[in-house]
Amino acid sequence: MSVDADTVRRIARLARIRVTEDEVAAYEGELNAILGFVEQLGEVDVEGVEPMTSVAPMQLRRREDAVTDGGYAEKIVANAPLSEDNFFMVPKVVE
Amino acid sequence: MTDLTRLSLKALRDGLARKEFTALEATDAYLAAIDAGNGKLNAYVAVTADKARDMAKASDERIGKGEARPLEGVPLGVKDLFATEGVHTQAASRILEGFKPEYESSVTSNLWRDGAVMLGKLNMDEFAMGSSNESSFYGPVINPWRGESGEDLVPGGSSGGSAAAVSAWLCAGATATDTGGSIRQPAAFTGTVGIKPTYGRCSRWGIIAYASSLDQAGPLARTVEDSAIMLKSMSGFDPKDSTSADLQVPDFAAAVERGVKGLTIGVPREYRIEGMPAEIERLWQQGLEWLKAEGATVRDISLPHTNYALPAYYVVSPAEASSNLARYDGVRYGLRVSGKDITDMYEMTRAEGFGREVKRRVMIGTYVLSAGYYDAYYVQAQKVRTLIKKDFEDAFNAGVDAILTPATPSAAFRIADEEMKVDLVKMYLNDIFTVTVNMAGLPGIAVPAGKDGQGLPLGLQLIGKPFDEETLFAAGRVIEKSAALDLAPAQWW
Repeated sequence: MSVDADTVRRIARLARIRVTEDEVAAYEGELNAILGFVEQLGEVDVEGVEPMTSVAPMQLRRREDAVTDGGYAEKIVANAPLSEDNFFMVPKVVE
Repeated sequence: MTDLTRLSLKALRDGLARKEFTALEATDAYLAAIDAGNGKLNAYVAVTADKARDMAKASDERIGKGEARPLEGVPLGVKDLFATEGVHTQAASRILEGFKPEYESSVTSNLWRDGAVMLGKLNMDEFAMGSSNESSFYGPVINPWRGESGEDLVPGGSSGGSAAAVSAWLCAGATATDTGGSIRQPAAFTGTVGIKPTYGRCSRWGIIAYASSLDQAGPLARTVEDSAIMLKSMSGFDPKDSTSADLQVPDFAAAVERGVKGLTIGVPREYRIEGMPAEIERLWQQGLEWLKAEGATVRDISLPHTNYALPAYYVVSPAEASSNLARYDGVRYGLRVSGKDITDMYEMTRAEGFGREVKRRVMIGTYVLSAGYYDAYYVQAQKVRTLIKKDFEDAFNAGVDAILTPATPSAAFRIADEEMKVDLVKMYLNDIFTVTVNMAGLPGIAVPAGKDGQGLPLGLQLIGKPFDEETLFAAGRVIEKSAALDLAPAQWW
């Protein structure tokens, strides 16, 4: 499988990364080089093999469904590029 | 007075405990070394001199009261990937511009709990994506080691700042992380010791995520014993990381001099790759001879899916990265580039905030996870990963205690190496011997074992059973002791 310029534009859109037309061609070559390299995975016989979901044989731990943290909104927004009254400020989303 | 920066972490700690010098003197010696050398090496991206001196003074008080803790007064560097409260934490990326976390990572909390002193934050490949430390927003780190030509060499990556700082005596030890080889490859390139412990040994909480199923923290240090001392403090169960292992942490340092008598060391034939330099092959044979001389048995083994580890890694790690890095959107922290609407803002912020290698990997990850390609790439890679892990399990079940391999296919290469620049896959091949270990969640240690024709350090890697880092320290020590190398780079900085 290989990607073309349109696919590069579509992936960039999905990834929310703006790419210029000059960059599209470069990415097309680079992504195809990587995809060409990983293509060999198709050779491996994986009949009856389960995909790995956890590298260590473990059960995910559960904890009590209770509030254990919070109450410091000012810390949460402390690093925001733009905030007001402990809210994150963004451009208008809904008209 | 002896130069305190030249002491091993162990000797420094013991000298502090015996009050031969103070923690403030040790910290000042390191701060002076950073001041003098960092302009050329570019290992630190932030130096926390005031904080370091405050922590050192507190350590001196505790030592005075006879209350010294395991790392009391030992000055350490911290990779920029670890969240440190109120201190520069950017994963060497522009997108986290100005980010100063309101919290401390579990691993660094453990180090401060044990009395260590923080000198500052260390340079790295952006978001830990790289094998040469050239993808950092802060520019490349320069390897303290130089070949005959005197050209600038890379320190390896992604923990290149950590490795260079340890090797050049700009800290007594450093934290690092390893997703595909990012502790072990820089260790090999700088003549330092680096261990990636078993997945789950160190908490990932507060470490900026790259590929969560592969990321593990570990130390970079100047000796095997130093790395054992540091790993002990860094490790431990943490309820805040759902994959943290709820196991007792052994006294790793106590295992260092245990020897290898009676151990069976596996030699995987698939690691004898085409075009491997003769000096790497010789180093590997020499390592086996050293282990045999100390009473180990050497056995040829097969890990048949080795060749597929790197391609599987280049599906799994970008996939996880594309998901983990979705959070950098210009809203909650770091850089924001304004646009005509919110989507425009996201796209512009990410275009300007991420470097080229990061964007490439996020795009690959987005592609392999997208509708229609998920099964062909991602699910297939995860199945191959199951087979890679099974290869190791079969070897260990057949009586192998540890596996010896080269750490890297070459010594350190030049900054802006032309071949690496035009051939991405060639750069990726740096991790060919290390990446299998992450895919299988196993512990692996890189130990300096020799030098190449130009006098540059070369490393060997030992791979162990899950949660058996002790055997790696013991076997690593045998290699360190047998090699008896002079690991002091000639000081030019």
